[in-house]
Amino acid sequence: MRKKIYLDNGATTMMDPRVVEAMQPYFSQKYGNASSNHSLGQEAKIALENSRKIIAKSINAKSGEIIFTSGGTESNNFALKGIAFTNKDRGNRIITTKVEHKCVLESCKWLETQGFEVSYLDVDKEGFVNPKELEKAITDKTILVSIIHGNNEIGTIQDLKQLGDICRKYNVYFHTDACQSYTKTELDVKKQPVDLITLNAHKIHGPKGVGALYIREGTKIMAWQHGGGHEYNLRSGTENIPGIAGFAESVKLALDKKHVTHMTKLRNKLIKGILEIRATRLNGPIRDKRLCNNVNVSFNGIEGEAIGGYLDQKGVCSSTGSACSEEALEPSYVLMAIGLSHQEANGSLRLGLSRFNTEEEIDYVLKVLPRIIKKLRIMSPLGKVIK
Amino acid sequence: MMYSKKTIQHFKNPKFVGEMKNPDAVGQEGNVRCGDIMKVFLKIDQGIIKDIKFQTYGCIAAIAAADAMCELAKGKKIKDALKIKSEDIAKELGALPAIKIHCSVLGTEALKNAIENYKRKKNS
Repeated sequence: MRKKIYLDNGATTMMDPRVVEAMQPYFSQKYGNASSNHSLGQEAKIALENSRKIIAKSINAKSGEIIFTSGGTESNNFALKGIAFTNKDRGNRIITTKVEHKCVLESCKWLETQGFEVSYLDVDKEGFVNPKELEKAITDKTILVSIIHGNNEIGTIQDLKQLGDICRKYNVYFHTDACQSYTKTELDVKKQPVDLITLNAHKIHGPKGVGALYIREGTKIMAWQHGGGHEYNLRSGTENIPGIAGFAESVKLALDKKHVTHMTKLRNKLIKGILEIRATRLNGPIRDKRLCNNVNVSFNGIEGEAIGGYLDQKGVCSSTGSACSEEALEPSYVLMAIGLSHQEANGSLRLGLSRFNTEEEIDYVLKVLPRIIKKLRIMSPLGKVIK
Repeated sequence: MMYSKKTIQHFKNPKFVGEMKNPDAVGQEGNVRCGDIMKVFLKIDQGIIKDIKFQTYGCIAAIAAADAMCELAKGKKIKDALKIKSEDIAKELGALPAIKIHCSVLGTEALKNAIENYKRKKNS
């Protein structure tokens, strides 16, 4: 069988073999509980704290500001609910955007049932939040702002410094979901006034089921999971040492800047090649304001799931924001938020790169994709209208 | 989305796809909003569907369902073709994910629409 060309790295990534190797000892050799006082326990504790240091250093934070979790969804839930309930004496208003990951939006929806009021900011046609609109939305009841750093669908990278400065000015906590952007663009808590950052491992060639929440020292937040008092009493539960060690290793490997250069080059080549196909548009911003590994395009007159289906036949893994691929039969709310029509959103294709993709793979995709688009347009009753 | 082998076969190599020149009747169902439009072309001779083709704007299931519908309808008398149910299409495809059942409904509706147009044309 032909080797798969994996271009769904926005969904998840292949684990780097070196990460797998780094995890190995913690399954059946150094399997102790980090809370145990004996030597096996202490080995686990050392691995835990070393990993914490590596992740803290990667965003210029202190070790004590990193809390390990089970991944992005838990970190986002923890940040939103933990901040909301701890600070409700100060107010009940939360601000987020219309282009967040589902786990932020669903947490916000739930918080609305608990007496909190949430504003969902619009974004412009490239997916950016307007800082002036953020400032306007803040009231004396606002306690938290949560804005995704790098958008998982269209790759928009928000300006954390600019948005964070506004939150600082009004003394409002600022959280960002950085699952997609982590190690791909700058994340530095000394330069960027962010109070909470969601991080995870499986988007950067680490294991699934492990993530972290950066919590700036002095932030008032309560635990959301109670028990034995692990993670500075903020997240109880025996630490996932193999996962955490793997997470740290994946961060170490991902910090090499050459990966970003490599992905950017492939991304630009892919975008350029795809836009040569007629009646095609790029969704999201261009160049350095876009995640180095994200491509999202729409093809007129055809539907995204079918494009993905034929790409899969050719060994290429991709995803779409089409209504047909969703249980709700509604197209991607992110694509709708940047003003796409139903047809444009239904004709969308997302390709997510990783450092393991090669130029040859991109050449192959650029060879097969135009044929697929042509074939589907011939099959489509809307295909004719395309000039 | 988990599709049956049969669905993927129809999607991969649809036998009835394409525009028909000088059809006796054309029918269409669906809209861009939900992401599915199905167009059916018929050649009818002495009340029998001699040839059938389709065009689909839609997903894997919609394309496969259109092709399966054509397979079921070809060679049938009009009155028998009208009896094709969406369940028959789903059966021909092995099985369809629950949220894709509407794609098979689209197939029967487009066919019905084409036959109605044919009857109307004939009677006018």
